[in-house]
Amino acid sequence: MAELKKENEQEHSSASGEKLYLKGITKTFNSGTVNEKVALDDLSLRLNDGDFCTVIGGNGAGKSTMLNAISGVWPVDKGAIIIDGEDISRLPEYKRSHFLGRVFQDPRMGTAPDMEIIENLAIAARRGYHRTFRWGVKSSEKKLYREMLAEFDLGLEDRLTTKVGLLSGGQRQAITLLMATLQKPKLLLLDEHTAALDPKTAAKVLELSDKIISEHKLTAIMVTHNMHDAIRHGNKLIMMNKGKVIFEISGEEKRKLHKADLLEKFSKQSGEELANDRMLLSE
Amino acid sequence: MLDYFTSLDPMAFVNALPGNICQGIIWGVMALGVYITFKLLNFADLTVDGSFATGGAVTAMMLISGQPIWLAMIAAFVAGLAAGLVTGLLHTLLGIPDILAGILTQIALYSINLNIMGKANQTISVDNYVVALSLRNVWLSIVVALAFVAVIIALLYWYFGTEQGSAIRATGNNPAMAPAQGININKYKVIALALSNGLVALSGSLLSQYQGFADVNMGRGAIVIGLAAVIIGQVIGEAIFRKRFNFVMRLSFVAFGGILYYIVVGLVLWLKLPADDMKLFTAIIVAVFLAMPYLSNKRKNSFKKVAAQNKKLSTAEGAQDG
Repeated sequence: MAELKKENEQEHSSASGEKLYLKGITKTFNSGTVNEKVALDDLSLRLNDGDFCTVIGGNGAGKSTMLNAISGVWPVDKGAIIIDGEDISRLPEYKRSHFLGRVFQDPRMGTAPDMEIIENLAIAARRGYHRTFRWGVKSSEKKLYREMLAEFDLGLEDRLTTKVGLLSGGQRQAITLLMATLQKPKLLLLDEHTAALDPKTAAKVLELSDKIISEHKLTAIMVTHNMHDAIRHGNKLIMMNKGKVIFEISGEEKRKLHKADLLEKFSKQSGEELANDRMLLSE
Repeated sequence: MLDYFTSLDPMAFVNALPGNICQGIIWGVMALGVYITFKLLNFADLTVDGSFATGGAVTAMMLISGQPIWLAMIAAFVAGLAAGLVTGLLHTLLGIPDILAGILTQIALYSINLNIMGKANQTISVDNYVVALSLRNVWLSIVVALAFVAVIIALLYWYFGTEQGSAIRATGNNPAMAPAQGININKYKVIALALSNGLVALSGSLLSQYQGFADVNMGRGAIVIGLAAVIIGQVIGEAIFRKRFNFVMRLSFVAFGGILYYIVVGLVLWLKLPADDMKLFTAIIVAVFLAMPYLSNKRKNSFKKVAAQNKKLSTAEGAQDG
């Protein structure tokens, strides 16, 4: 048994430098009822260390579902989720979060509103560690967080003891982003994290995301409705439809990509128009 | 009517005051337990009606079987922990909604409490047993009860400032965020529920000593009294201190809410309002205080107010134009 386990590990880690491997994951909601929906259909994806992958697709294509599957919000029906050679598909959500940094679409999701900025950060800084009877915020942390927040240039560095609930959506997303990366995650999951923000704030948060990802050399997945952003950011782009990856492009090719190409690709690959006002209208 | 007012003796109210205050402090311990679940964990836990009586029952039987009072009180606390644990496991392992999980444990505890005592009521007279406090000596009891409250507030302040306590607060505040930060919300829900009911049982233990008996019905309606204390304390504290109302003050005002509640109870009894209607009064008081933050917020942000302001502005402009 032990040998078998070792063999498995070797198999997983044989492709060194591979950060994420989604191995044919399938998820069906409301199975066996009239509302049955195959949200992920034998989905596979490989990301190398340092890849920054953007994800686009129509409504209900399975983009956010894929991130939820990786995060472990619920277990997948079939397939494996392998991070750094380790199969995490059986781990509960709170254990998987040891490897993952997450920023959600809804700015209220990522922070505890009635707790101070510094308390939220301190909780995130202890992700993956046993929560002890030591004081929740060390005095040495204060200086560190102040410096980190000062870099954001949002005026948050002097408001460490402000309750997060009093902040704007953009400020909360910036803090959630910092919380997601205080403990360097093996994989950063950004789930349309700028969709609920005004264009100016969205641009700012995106810029911060870019900066943090490149500074810490993170592997990241960013779901977006904005094709422009999907093309401009990251080194890899996937297009999803009906729970599958229908198109994948990376490196030099991706850099030359245009919005029109994507629209054409989509109609060719999926046999339907990418009829989504939100995607077409967003700049 | 005049007869009624002349029949009221102010001294009777004053004389009853120390006893009311002492009961209020004892219930303040219970309210601190309710504060943990209701405010910090955001969990409406109805276990307390049962675990309060469990605290009294365990204390009485430990004393009767010859155990020292300190051991009896520790046993009461541990019994409360166990009661909270059961509610927590019903909720987290079996997926039973919070209110229902609490009610189930509460109902089960009624039988358990009867079994612990062997009958519905057990007397523990101060003449026969050494107890920590008793209505025979109200002033000393007030000091002892205050000492308990002070130590408990200090311990809670410390605990909820630790990494573990912060995790409980995050769990209650945002159950979506907590697991994303590696917090096992089920574990911390169970810990908080156990701790809360431990305090509630300790309060039941203190009350049984104070009144000299434990009764299977002594916890009936406890949740409403606990909520009353929590809410009265928070509303008043926020009104006085506003932004400076910090965590230690919040805890202190929970206990203060308990005292205030029992002063009001004393007032109601003094006014010779029928004691049978006590629960009705309690429910009305809690409803009023629960509604207060909502109504005051509504008044601040009302459409009518904006409309009235706009009207005033436009008439002022009109007057200028004319």
